Formats: sequence, structure tokens, C-alpha cells
Amino acid sequence: MKKYNTPLIDELEKGPWPSFVTEMKKAGKTNEMSNDAVGHLEKCYSTKLGYWKHGGIVGVLGYGGGVIGRYSELGEEFPGVAHFHTVRLNQPSGFYYTSKALREICDIWDKYGSGLTNMHGSTGDLVLLGTKTDALETIFAEYSSRGWDLGSSGSALRTPSCCLGQSRCEWANYDTMGLTYALTQEFQDEIHRPMFSYKFKIKSAGCACDCVASIARADMSIIGTWKGDILIDQAEVKNYAKTMDINSEIVGMCPTQCMSFDGKELKINNKECSRCMHCIAKMTKALKPSGERGATILIGSKAPIVVGSLLSWVIVPFIKVEEPYTELKDLIRKIWDWWDENAKPRERIGEVIEMKGMRSFLEAIGVPAQPQQIKEPRKDPFMFYTEEDVASYKAKEAEEKKTGVYKF
Amino acid sequence: MALPQRKTDIGPPHFEQFLPPVIKKNYGKWKYHEVINNGSMVHVAESGDKLWTVRVASPRLIATDTIREHCDIADKYCDGFFRYTTRNNVEFLVSDESKLEPLKKDLAARGFKTGGIGPCISNVVHTQGWVHCHSACTDASGLVKSTMDELYDYFETKTLPNKLRLAVACCVNMCGAVHCSDIALVAVHTKVPTVKHDLFKNMCELPTVIGSCPTRAISPDPANKSVKINPDKCMYCGNCFTVCPPISIKDAERDGVAIVVGGKVSSLRTNPKFSKLVIPYISNEPPRWPKVVAAVKLIVEVYAANARKHERMGEWIERIGWERFFSLTGIEFTVQSIDDFTFMRDTLRTSPAFKW
Repeated sequence: MKKYNTPLIDELEKGPWPSFVTEMKKAGKTNEMSNDAVGHLEKCYSTKLGYWKHGGIVGVLGYGGGVIGRYSELGEEFPGVAHFHTVRLNQPSGFYYTSKALREICDIWDKYGSGLTNMHGSTGDLVLLGTKTDALETIFAEYSSRGWDLGSSGSALRTPSCCLGQSRCEWANYDTMGLTYALTQEFQDEIHRPMFSYKFKIKSAGCACDCVASIARADMSIIGTWKGDILIDQAEVKNYAKTMDINSEIVGMCPTQCMSFDGKELKINNKECSRCMHCIAKMTKALKPSGERGATILIGSKAPIVVGSLLSWVIVPFIKVEEPYTELKDLIRKIWDWWDENAKPRERIGEVIEMKGMRSFLEAIGVPAQPQQIKEPRKDPFMFYTEEDVASYKAKEAEEKKTGVYKF
Repeated sequence: MALPQRKTDIGPPHFEQFLPPVIKKNYGKWKYHEVINNGSMVHVAESGDKLWTVRVASPRLIATDTIREHCDIADKYCDGFFRYTTRNNVEFLVSDESKLEPLKKDLAARGFKTGGIGPCISNVVHTQGWVHCHSACTDASGLVKSTMDELYDYFETKTLPNKLRLAVACCVNMCGAVHCSDIALVAVHTKVPTVKHDLFKNMCELPTVIGSCPTRAISPDPANKSVKINPDKCMYCGNCFTVCPPISIKDAERDGVAIVVGGKVSSLRTNPKFSKLVIPYISNEPPRWPKVVAAVKLIVEVYAANARKHERMGEWIERIGWERFFSLTGIEFTVQSIDDFTFMRDTLRTSPAFKW
């Protein structure tokens, strides 16, 4: 195997943070693909340019995604990376593994690929980084026969992902991992066979902490919430008071100013609580949610291209999240139907809703307009009135004349 | 040799088989947790069972042999069970307290670094960069390594007013929710792309290319059977290149790194926020990007010295005002920080109540 001189990237083997260069060289010791990837990267560092070409259509029979084609412009100089495709494996919810399972994955990968991985890709897939076209069918047979399926790519439902939820977190309002598994199984067709105008991502978070950044990067954000009171253990509150200034750190930082603490008793006016999670997160032994648990559904987030970045906004303030998740699955299908009908190519759902307006979207999915969906009402009076709208205003006024009572 | 039988549409394996017994037993019944130090925390279930988590740094790009080493450690102390985190670190899960110190010693002996839990820096979310991506304006992994080497103490031992979430986007596609980070590095092009007209007609779809432009800088060029780009409107985002390979935009001397700050994804105390542009351009200086790293360190230290406890970067800045952020850090305010894209009107200061 060729020995590459890599003075620039060698610099990145120094220092306390674990080094990706060390990892690439580790794989490159026995694997020609990784070895050439090392040489290839050194060239990038010396010229300050990347040398990878656009994708190209590669995949496995029957699927339209899950494999990202990647070819180097310098395939003659670095033959090991002439083809260097990515295979996405659908990860187990919560990124939990056993050593036995991962060793099996590693053994297969070493046999047919570069030995390099990403644990994990940003969407959530386990990324097998670098293999050749003629190995793809073999790789798929080896993994799928052992219970591992490919993730998604392209204009499809991307691999759903989640926070670890109820597996370890006391704040999770629903089973994020169970939901993610169920949705992944339900929508296998939409995952493997791109049929949308563009990508669609679903991410499930157990609470407003959103440790999976759902609200920033999922078209559909499912964020856990509750309806009841925050239960208070006053003894534990007093314990926290020993190391914390509860009034300035908790009461004073409450966004709705619904709390008070007189040194003896912490009070929460639950009706005015917006469930932001700050007090619970800082005083987890003392405070916990109660009552009905479920999730808020938000829609629309995406990265800057093309219309600018969006954060997801509320469409369904509360939905119960319980097996078999029928209501949620039906809602997802309705959302996709409307998106399909109204989207131009490469238009994300958030962009389509901006173009067509929330009214069209809400009517199609059967969700009423509610103040929880907005930060503030519109400012410019450029609003549409349908004939039915005006008729309903007039009918309401006729009723008011009869009863003598206004109903604004 | 015959291949094993392929199966399609089976989805991932069910996570249940990967859950350690203490998690299976207490699923949905956790009571509270305590952060012990940057490297470890303990969760206590309603049943009284305890689960210790030790978090280990990872560069995300790892060799199979490293995964095998993670497996060895998990076998020795965790009955083979472990996990990766949403921000790419490793977590070893221990339900027998007597295994905790031996686990930590073993990790240290092998050169693994523990940290990242609580109000500190856990890792840098990033994607492929020059390692694997066709549209990268920089190398993500190199920026991550350089930055985390410099800020390492904030991973292992030091704490901050609150969590500090770092991310790197190697181009404006931002493959990883970089746009809501406390500090993010966004690599950019600064020059209008060139179109290879002779290749265009064979490889590109006209409406797709025209529709790909956020500022409508692209129009048909019928004479060349191609497109032309209006240099007054193009802000070199590179999306046209993404949909059309014959459009060439990479430039070694002109591509660089911008820095944005102040984003958050959680709803604690204040709503989620986008990160905002504070430094428009620093040249690519591989292998260690010293000026980029110095800028990040400066911002972290000014934040650490000035923010109140529990304030995230963006909350601190909103309280003191952006003019005070620029004066405290000494960062030069450039015209690029004033928005001129579609929604600029919401970003301008519609009040004379500002600080000098």
C-alpha cells in the first residue's frame, strides 16, 4: 500500500481532543480505500479545495435511496477513493447498541468497505463511509439478512430520529423511541422509495429541552408536553435553596412570572405556566409534571436554502402519543397529501405553507386555527374573507340581535 | 459463495434488544438525575435503581477498530451495552456502582477523554467537509479538532453559565442544524460562480437551476443554451452548483469561514433562536485555522465572564444588546451583519433605545 506523506493533517493528531486523522490512519493501516482517503485529504489541505464530485445514482435493487453516491475527481491519483459511496444504516432508536451487534456491523464493513464510519450522521443514520459500486448489493444482503435496513436519502421521508426519551430521562412526556420505531416501520415505503417533492424529516423530542434539535431541523417536530400541574416536593426545594438562589435563578427567570418563593414555600400558578422546562430542569428532584402527557406538533423547520432558515411552528398544541399512534400517522398522511398537491419540485413543506398560507394547510389537515399557533397576530390587514366567513359574521350578529348579548 | 438472502423494508432492529436490564426495568419510570461532574451523571429510578452514565469524547468519524474498543469497554463494565449521543459522543452505562471507578480508570488508561455533561461544551456538531462532500467550502473535521483542542478544558473540567452548543457547516446547506447554535462556523464562498455552457445543456435542468437561486440572480441564456448569473444579485450561496455540476464556485483563496452566534433550540426561559452573523469572513488556513479558533475562544471567554448563571449565549446578548456584544468582544461590526435578505425588516432596530 502506498505510504502518503501527510505533514498538514499530521498536525491534527496533536492535542487533547480525539483525532479524526488518527481514525482515518487507523483504518488506512490495513484498508486501501481508507489509506487513499488519507492521501486525498492531505491534498485537500494543501490546495484548500475539495475534490469530490456530485452524487450520481447508485443504490440497491428496489430502493431509491439509502446510498449516497460519491466519486473523487482524482480517482486516478487515489484509486481507493475513485468510488467512495456512503451506505446509511437505519440506527436503533436512541443510538443504543450491544457490543455483539456493533462487532457484527464492523466485521461486515471491514470486509466490503473502508472501515470508516460516522457514529452518527446528522439525521441519525449509522454512516458507513466509503465503498465501491460493485460491493453495494453484497453489503445490503449481509446487513439486511442480519436485521439491519438502510436509512433514507433524496426526496423521501428521511430516517426518523429521537432523543433517548423514557429510556433514561425523567422529563420525557411520551415514548420517543417507541414512536420513532413505529413511524419508521409504518412508513418504510416512503423512506426507501423517494416520492415527495423534496426531503421530509420527523424528529421526536421528549420535552421542551429538545435534545434532538427537532424544532430546528425537522419538517415535523414532535415535542413532548403535558397538561397538568407541576408537582412540588417542598423539602427538596429547601435542599436546592442551600446551593441556589431560587428567587433570582428560578423565580426571576420564569418567562411568565408565575412562580414565587418566600424562603419557605415555592408556589407555581400552573394556569399561567407555559411549560418551558427551566424550573424543572434546574430543580429536577423537587419538580415534576403531572396530568395528561402527550406532544405538541410543530411544522416547517429547515436550513437556509432556498427561502431562508425556518424554525418549526405550532400546528397541533396537544396530541396524545399512545400506541398504535393512529391519530399521528393519519395526520402525517394528510400533511403529505396536501404537500404533494401543492409543492413545486424541491419545495420543503415549510416553504409551501408560506406560499399557500396556514388557512389552506389547516383546512386540509382538519386542524382549527388557534392562538397557540402564533407568536402574534398579523399586522397588515391584507386578509382573505370567504363568502362563508362573511355569512358567519352576519349570522352571528343576527343571533346577537335576538339574544341581546354580544359574542365577539 | 452464495450471498445471504437480502430482505427489504424491515426497518431498523427494535431498540429493546439493545437496552441494558436496568433501563428495561425502569423504562418511563425515572425519578431524577444528578450531574456528578463534567464526565458523569447518575439517574435514579422511582424503584430506587441507579444508572451511572460516563460520557466519552468522540470525533464522530471513527474507524471500526475504535468501535471495537468501545465494545471491549462495554463488555468489561456494562455487560456489553452502550450508546452514542445525539451530539456524537459515546456513553457507557453502569448500574453497579462498584464498576464506575474501574471504568473511569480504564478509559483514562486507554486515552479516552470524559466530559461534556452539564453546563459546558459537549462536542461540535458537523458533517463531512473535505473528507467526503462535493460542496464543502472548508474541512469540518479539521475545524472541529482545532476548536475543541483550544476549548478542551470546557469539555473536561470547566463549566460555563449554561451549555454551549457548537457546530460547523462546511457550506450554507448546513447539514446539521447549525443555524440554532450558541456559536457556529459557516463556511462560505465569496465569488460569483462560472458556468461551463458547453456542459450545461447535457447535465442541467433549466427551471431547477433558476429556481434554486435564493436571490433570483439566475436567468436563461438562450444564446448559450445555458444560464447567466447576475453579479449584482448573486451572493454565492452555491445552491446552483448543488443542482448543476457544470456551475463552478469553489475558490481556494476566496472561500472562507463566517461566524454566527446566539442560537438555541430549547424553549427554557426564552424561545428558540437563530444564530446571527457577527464575523463575515476569515480565510481558510488549514490545518488549524488559528484565527477562526482564536475568534471562537474570544467569544466563549467574554460570554463566560459576563453572562448570568443559566443564560445561554443568545439570552445574554439579547439582555445586553448586540451593540454591547460587539463592544465587549471588540469584534468589528461590518455591513454584512445588517440583513438584506427577504425578512430584513424584522431585524432592524425600530427604536431609539440603544446603548452607546
